[in-house]
Amino acid sequence: MGKRIGLEVSLSAAEAVKMANVDCIAAYPITPQTHIVEHLSELVNDGELDAEFIPVESEHSAMSVSAGASAVGARAFTCTSSQGLALMNEIVHIVASMRLPVVMILANRSMSGPISIWNDHTDVMSIRDCGWIQVFANSGQEVFDHVLFGYRVAESRDVMLPLIINIDGFILTHVIEPIEFWEKEQVEQYLPDFKPIHRLHPDKPVTMGAVGLPSIFSEAKVAQDEPLIQSKSTIISAWKELGDIVGRYYSPIETYRSDDAETLFITQGSYGETVSLAVDELRDDGISVGLIMDRLWRPFPFDEFRKATGRAKNLIVIDRAISYGGQGGPLAIDLRSVLYKEKNQPDIVNFICGLAGRDVNIQDFKNMYHKAMHKVKEHPREEDFEYYGVRGK
Amino acid sequence: MGKTKTDLTWQELEVGAAIITPGNAVEYKSGDWRSIRPVVDKNKCIKCGTCYIFCPDAAIYETAEGFFEADLYYCKGCGICAQECPTQAIEMVEEEE
Repeated sequence: MGKRIGLEVSLSAAEAVKMANVDCIAAYPITPQTHIVEHLSELVNDGELDAEFIPVESEHSAMSVSAGASAVGARAFTCTSSQGLALMNEIVHIVASMRLPVVMILANRSMSGPISIWNDHTDVMSIRDCGWIQVFANSGQEVFDHVLFGYRVAESRDVMLPLIINIDGFILTHVIEPIEFWEKEQVEQYLPDFKPIHRLHPDKPVTMGAVGLPSIFSEAKVAQDEPLIQSKSTIISAWKELGDIVGRYYSPIETYRSDDAETLFITQGSYGETVSLAVDELRDDGISVGLIMDRLWRPFPFDEFRKATGRAKNLIVIDRAISYGGQGGPLAIDLRSVLYKEKNQPDIVNFICGLAGRDVNIQDFKNMYHKAMHKVKEHPREEDFEYYGVRGK
Repeated sequence: MGKTKTDLTWQELEVGAAIITPGNAVEYKSGDWRSIRPVVDKNKCIKCGTCYIFCPDAAIYETAEGFFEADLYYCKGCGICAQECPTQAIEMVEEEE
């Protein structure tokens, strides 16, 4: 077993990137991602990590450099938040279409405006359809493990897709947690060297990112989406092998006291732990309630959700992003789609909360439960979603 | 994407839609884009090669007699050759079909 030390999650994430033995780090500092790349620059400067650290002039360049590095066969890492992600947006899509296995940590922060440096999921949801594999971490240990998992999955021969690890800004990035490091031998066992299928090299010229005329574009898009859909089996086997090596087993969704629950909370990211405490307190009051935490966001775990929600009468979906003018948050919208063909559809009550880091505590989640039950009884299917705790609503 | 690549299924594409056969842009028929075509008046042509130098697609070649002609497989009909010709020997005419 690796050593277990108390460390800020951002620093431990950088240590995991070091253990993954990356070749190229291109990043531009932005709150709340800063500590991750600062620590990586120190590791490179101090000779602890043999990699190119490229302090680019913008996030657009950070992702462009990462694309170029990955295209020549280097293991590339980058990291950003919010407006930084918006600035790199163009290349985020290109990297997926070129099937370059870049791994990015996204320290989730609101998209401005109003200007905000605090945490929610509006940044990642703005690139939901960018074609990357996307996972949410629930703790610092999950962040550490998923950096190594990220390269393992992204660089698999049958996947070859970039991967985003979402970690809640401040709530995770800036807290100190006990983190169990991997042994070097465990990393070597789990993560083989990156062997690209095509790479830019003068000895064997290839063209990457060429124009796709209408006669071939649709085929190219299906050739991009199919491996993303199919990557779920590689993801699940990579989690299994990770568990066999370090003893922590992960799955696309994680359930808590959900088997017999009439009502299920559904969360993404670090809210899962708070909701689990609310579930305990509601259970103490004799209420039949449980929790599903969504870890895998893309490809979306349709089958797992259908199975896990099959017996529930009510779902309380917690979203931390808005689909303006749509039917609530992105997670609730996908869940409604998942359950559309089911015979016994549960009532879905969607709360949008915790925007820009506004605290949502155990009592708030208990309030949401009671609001949801009231709504299901008195106003079923009247509204699709509610902004929780907004003054004047 | 060459002219022979337009009937590929999605499974037949290279990973990332990479092109692994260098130089196959030569197969692409950019002449399809053309709506007007250069016609050279050999009585006016002084065989200077200005059109050959200015053609942005390198579509103009020298004939055995030393005149310069556009390869219509590639010529997009941009008209730069006609614009640059010092003796106005090139006329751009409408493609009829």
